[in-house]
Amino acid sequence: MRVLLVDDEEELVSALGERLVLRDIEAEWFTTGSAALERAESGCFDLAVLDMKMPKIGGLELREKLLAKCPDMKFIFLTGYGSEKDFTSATAGGNTAVYLVKPVDIELLLEKMQTLFSNPRGDA
Amino acid sequence: MFGLVNLKPTFWDKQMRVSAPGASEYLFNYRRIWRLSILLTGVVALVPLIFITLVDYNFTEHAMVSEYLLRTSRTVSNTRRAISFFLTERRSALDFIVHDNGSEVLSSPDRLSAILENLKRSFGGGFVDLGLVDSAGKQKTYVGPYGLKDKDYSGQPWFEQVIDRSVYTSDVFLGYRNVPHLVIAVKQSLPDRSFDVLRASIAIEPFEDLLSNLELSGLGDAFIINQKGILQTNSRYHGQVLEKIPLPVPEFSDKTQVFEGENPTGEALFIGYRFIEDTPFILMIVKKKSELMKMWFKTRLELIIFLLVSVSFIMAVIIGTVTFMVNKVYAADERRLMALHQMEYSNKMASIGRMAASVAHEINNPLAIINEKAGLVKDIFTIKKQYADDPKLYSQLDSILNSVKRAGKITKRLLTFARNLEATIEPVHLGEIIDEVLSFLQKEAEYRSLGIQVDVPDDTPVIESDRGKLEQIFLNIINNAFAAMCDGGHLSIQVNRAGAEAVAVKIRDNGCGIAQEDLHRIFEPFFSTKTSQGGTGLGLSITCNLTHEIGGQITVDSDIGKGTCFTITLPLKTQPKEEAKPCACYS
Repeated sequence: MRVLLVDDEEELVSALGERLVLRDIEAEWFTTGSAALERAESGCFDLAVLDMKMPKIGGLELREKLLAKCPDMKFIFLTGYGSEKDFTSATAGGNTAVYLVKPVDIELLLEKMQTLFSNPRGDA
Repeated sequence: MFGLVNLKPTFWDKQMRVSAPGASEYLFNYRRIWRLSILLTGVVALVPLIFITLVDYNFTEHAMVSEYLLRTSRTVSNTRRAISFFLTERRSALDFIVHDNGSEVLSSPDRLSAILENLKRSFGGGFVDLGLVDSAGKQKTYVGPYGLKDKDYSGQPWFEQVIDRSVYTSDVFLGYRNVPHLVIAVKQSLPDRSFDVLRASIAIEPFEDLLSNLELSGLGDAFIINQKGILQTNSRYHGQVLEKIPLPVPEFSDKTQVFEGENPTGEALFIGYRFIEDTPFILMIVKKKSELMKMWFKTRLELIIFLLVSVSFIMAVIIGTVTFMVNKVYAADERRLMALHQMEYSNKMASIGRMAASVAHEINNPLAIINEKAGLVKDIFTIKKQYADDPKLYSQLDSILNSVKRAGKITKRLLTFARNLEATIEPVHLGEIIDEVLSFLQKEAEYRSLGIQVDVPDDTPVIESDRGKLEQIFLNIINNAFAAMCDGGHLSIQVNRAGAEAVAVKIRDNGCGIAQEDLHRIFEPFFSTKTSQGGTGLGLSITCNLTHEIGGQITVDSDIGKGTCFTITLPLKTQPKEEAKPCACYS
């Protein structure tokens, strides 16, 4: 499984990336949306874990752009704000997505990733 | 408008409220408005009424006085004519006799006696005797009951006057015979420059008959006086003949006069009088004003009663209407103030929510980093097996991760709370909400060792309501309960079905309780027993409004010293309400 991590907090995203790698997941991390998009030019990921709120390109916008390149990509969003309900209302009718509030338990994140892939329709 | 027990309108004591600078205030001083309105309306309504009544009063009184004066004047005129005629008639008769019969004829007692008889027959009462007096004043001939022949009248004033004027009418006097009478004397000049005087005594009874036959209203009295004020006839109330009347002698006038005077005891009188020509007599008719005006007093009493009743009625209507209107304005003002305060409150709550959310977010980011870093360290230990055997390091990491989890829970709760401030109707579990609210107060409860017992039966239905408002309602009431309880107190929260369509939440504390007289006022805006401690008196008012907004009811029961129980009844389905009813709910 190839995972793309994008968050403007380098400390966070680097540690998370390393933890996933330790668990034998191919994870690459970026701190800006544009860097992630550039990387996506050279090959698609299976899953993206995106921060909702980032400078310049936000999580939801980045998802649209990534989806244009890789239509099969699945998404998990992270945020420091609000709750799942806010998110469902904001993305009603959108593509497959999971929403987690920081700080995220790594076990929970892995579980959600598993669910996304064991359930092809993605409505975890 | 007002109850029988409490006549004081609700706005009466309200303008005294002193509020913090900058806080919303009542728009008007209601007591002043009330007074001013009553005063102005009262003056405008009553002044014309009183003015018209006074004018009517004066006019009627004046008209009645004029009427009685006129009537008196008419009686005086008529009576004067009768008396004047009586005297003239007798004088003319004597004049005729003295000129028709020569001195010799009249000197014959037989002849004179025949004349007297004829006079008595032709003129009725009055003539008593007849005498012929010669130039020397000696009564030559006399016919009548008193034997006055040869009586010498020379030097007497009447004799002097009859020489002067040919005709003379005397005052009433007693004379030699000691009976009140008057004298009419007529002079007959003789060719030898001497003269005779025919003298007749007239009794006063005919006058008295005439006067006593007058019909006089108002305890009236008719009598004749001479110009010295000596009564010439008997009177009813002013003395006997030849006594002096207790009234001043009226001024001379050749016409009938009437005026208002008073007697020595101060009684008001209508007095009419007339000087009778060619005699010393003044006819007087005196009536008592108080008797005459009895009719007027009755009318006047009716007028005054009418005025008093009208004034009372008008004032009652004015006071009633003004009180009603001012109460309405006051109620509107109260609602306006309440709305302002509620707006302030929701703004405050919204700010708190925004702040809580941003704090939670700001904290979440570093927390996430700590989480990942500590997680990574743990992963490295676990997966690379480098420090797998060091339990102390592991326990440190676990403790960091647990703390992060705990902090994360708090920030999530804050975020949920902030989000719930927006009004949305959604299915809610009452148990969850109560737990959530209690979680904010848990620490305080622990410090003060307050016992909290929550009883939510399993079959409690999920209700559709506004989670944020429910949280605020429970938070306010539980906060109040905490404030009312001493350390070690006990709070119980009990959820029950209340009929098919509602659930009831009873929140009971064993705190200080609420005084019975305050119980019906605690939901009123600005009612507070702890204003000195910074209470605004809005907490329960806002709670009550919130409850009404989600279609619920709130009631309270309290025993002073034993505790208070608030019961919140909530419908299973909330219909959003535009306008909340004013809160005056108590059981």
